[in-house]
Amino acid sequence: MTTTITPPETRGPAAAPVSNSLTAGKLPNGASWMVLGGSVLVSAGLFGVIAFSGAEFNWVGTFVVAALVYVVTITLLSRIVEGSRRATDRFVTALVTGAFLLAMIPLISLSITVVTFGLNRFDAEFFSYSMRNVTGEGGGALHAIVGTVLMTGTAALISIPIGLMTSIYLVEYGRGRLARGITFLVDVMTGIPSIVAGLFAYALFAIFWGPGTRTGIAGAVALAVLMIPVVVRSSEEMLRLVPVELREAAYALGVPKWLTIVKVVLPTSIAGITTGIMLAIARVIGETAPLLIAAGFTNSMNYDMTEGRMQSLPVFVYTQYANQGNPPEAYLDRAWAAALTLILIVMVLNLVARLVARFFAPKYGR
Amino acid sequence: MTTAAAPIRAKQRPGDRVFSKSAVFAGSMILVTLAAVATFLIVQSIPALFADGEDASILDSNFWAYVGPLVFGTIWAAALALLIALPISIGIALFISHYAPRRLASVLGYVVDLLAAVPSVVFGLWGIGVLAPAVQPLYSWLVDNLGWFPLFAGPVSGTGRTILTAALVLAVMIIPIITAISREVFLQTPVLHEEAALALGATRWEMIRTAVLPFGRPGIISAAVLGLGRALGETMAVAMVLSATGAVTFQLLTSVNPSTIAANIALSFPEAYGINVNVLIATGLILFIVTFAVNAIARWIVARRAEFSGAN
Repeated sequence: MTTTITPPETRGPAAAPVSNSLTAGKLPNGASWMVLGGSVLVSAGLFGVIAFSGAEFNWVGTFVVAALVYVVTITLLSRIVEGSRRATDRFVTALVTGAFLLAMIPLISLSITVVTFGLNRFDAEFFSYSMRNVTGEGGGALHAIVGTVLMTGTAALISIPIGLMTSIYLVEYGRGRLARGITFLVDVMTGIPSIVAGLFAYALFAIFWGPGTRTGIAGAVALAVLMIPVVVRSSEEMLRLVPVELREAAYALGVPKWLTIVKVVLPTSIAGITTGIMLAIARVIGETAPLLIAAGFTNSMNYDMTEGRMQSLPVFVYTQYANQGNPPEAYLDRAWAAALTLILIVMVLNLVARLVARFFAPKYGR
Repeated sequence: MTTAAAPIRAKQRPGDRVFSKSAVFAGSMILVTLAAVATFLIVQSIPALFADGEDASILDSNFWAYVGPLVFGTIWAAALALLIALPISIGIALFISHYAPRRLASVLGYVVDLLAAVPSVVFGLWGIGVLAPAVQPLYSWLVDNLGWFPLFAGPVSGTGRTILTAALVLAVMIIPIITAISREVFLQTPVLHEEAALALGATRWEMIRTAVLPFGRPGIISAAVLGLGRALGETMAVAMVLSATGAVTFQLLTSVNPSTIAANIALSFPEAYGINVNVLIATGLILFIVTFAVNAIARWIVARRAEFSGAN
């Protein structure tokens, strides 16, 4: 780098300063960090003085003021030493980094809140009792967990075969207008708002079983409508990654097309497809609105998909919050505990999906 | 070789026939499902379109007077959310693709994706429990000091559960979507363009402004429109955070707020009966049409870009 070839002109007081165009007019390397530390100190000192006069130490204010001080100082400093172009560059760098840090605030705040509030009721009773005949404290979310597992499982049973076969059609068979139409409609389906899927499932079952019908199977259908396009998209992408040479080698050996797909194409892409399916499940397992509409809510256990309302974890969170009884803290604690459970399930699904993708991916010799 | 030999047809085995037929069947199920969604929604909506206050208790006069403020609220909230989320998302995408150290980049991308994995009902709880109380003092300050600005006119909401808070929660929810797409597009910028800009003496920002952003503009636009589509249809977070009165107003900080279609359905549906159900389903149909149009625009932009850039 430039530092190695720079003559130490700054240290030689006797010699006339040799201007080196590469380093002249440039802030030293650690300048931005020093300015950052300085801004934090100034800001913390400012708020520390305010805190002395009674008020609590304001963390948020400290960071906001520090960020503002930093942006202004580094831009001005750079403008004086390095000129306006570099000053703009430093200004944008600060903004872009700031945008990232800004987005971390809700994530961190959300994690801390969910864990601290959620742990209040994250106990054995929560996972072994339903809410039947429970008012006030106690009770649990077993009925909601069972409902979530049943409905999400049924939705997966409906959407995985349809989604997978559709992607096989699009990649292996699809030609012409039908294939283009299906691709377009899958795009459209991706954009269906979740509540509209719930309304559809409600309307469908209302026509055949009379208005007001809310069952687990209706919730599962609503979830399947949301899940199918996600499965199609991800499996299609994975199937397209399978090299054509593999298929051609199978054909050359006289293997029928369907056996080629089942024995060559699918095993090659199965890791990616599994990842896609797990991410799709993780996406629909947190859906609240469609289940609120199509499956309703209840306080009792219900194992029967075709009869009666069925509770689910996200709807449990919502109903505990929305219908607070006495004391309200008991209801809020249950809501937060269910939220923590839900987030843990989603995180585990995401993590396992990524691990599957990592460890079972086919190794192509390149 | 004889001239133009008839194409040799592969032997059709029963397995082949069954397999290809079931693939076609599965593909057609998509067509059937979407047709069914549209049909059932339209059939159930028709009674609502001609209903008035005597048929359905939630209607004051007619259906269109009922749905108008909801459409306004939906678009207003989603537009605010997009306005907040777009600059931040572009910043994050640039940070991950061009500023962060290479090794950290994929981890940081994963961290932002974590936001997308949080269920909306949890965002709703967080919005009420943490965000609304946290921003309320800021709202009071804004009303006291900038109240002359029409958007910030008072009186300030005491709970902080205003349309701006709902838009903030929506923005947090669509940031990961817009970021993911923009990041992919920024990473596709031809490296030669970037290196050429740097070789001509451009600073990093000038390189981004002259090489990365022009290349990524269609991608940014389509990401923004997809994020808008998501914000339009988002239900639970808005239903929980927003304390809506159904008014048509642009004021951001008062306790008089418009509702959105999706939130209104979620709040009213569990207790709805008779024609009211049809009215709510009809509002759902309108939401479906609006999001469909928005998504179609996004796809069209993506397709147009693929045609002449050859980058996909």
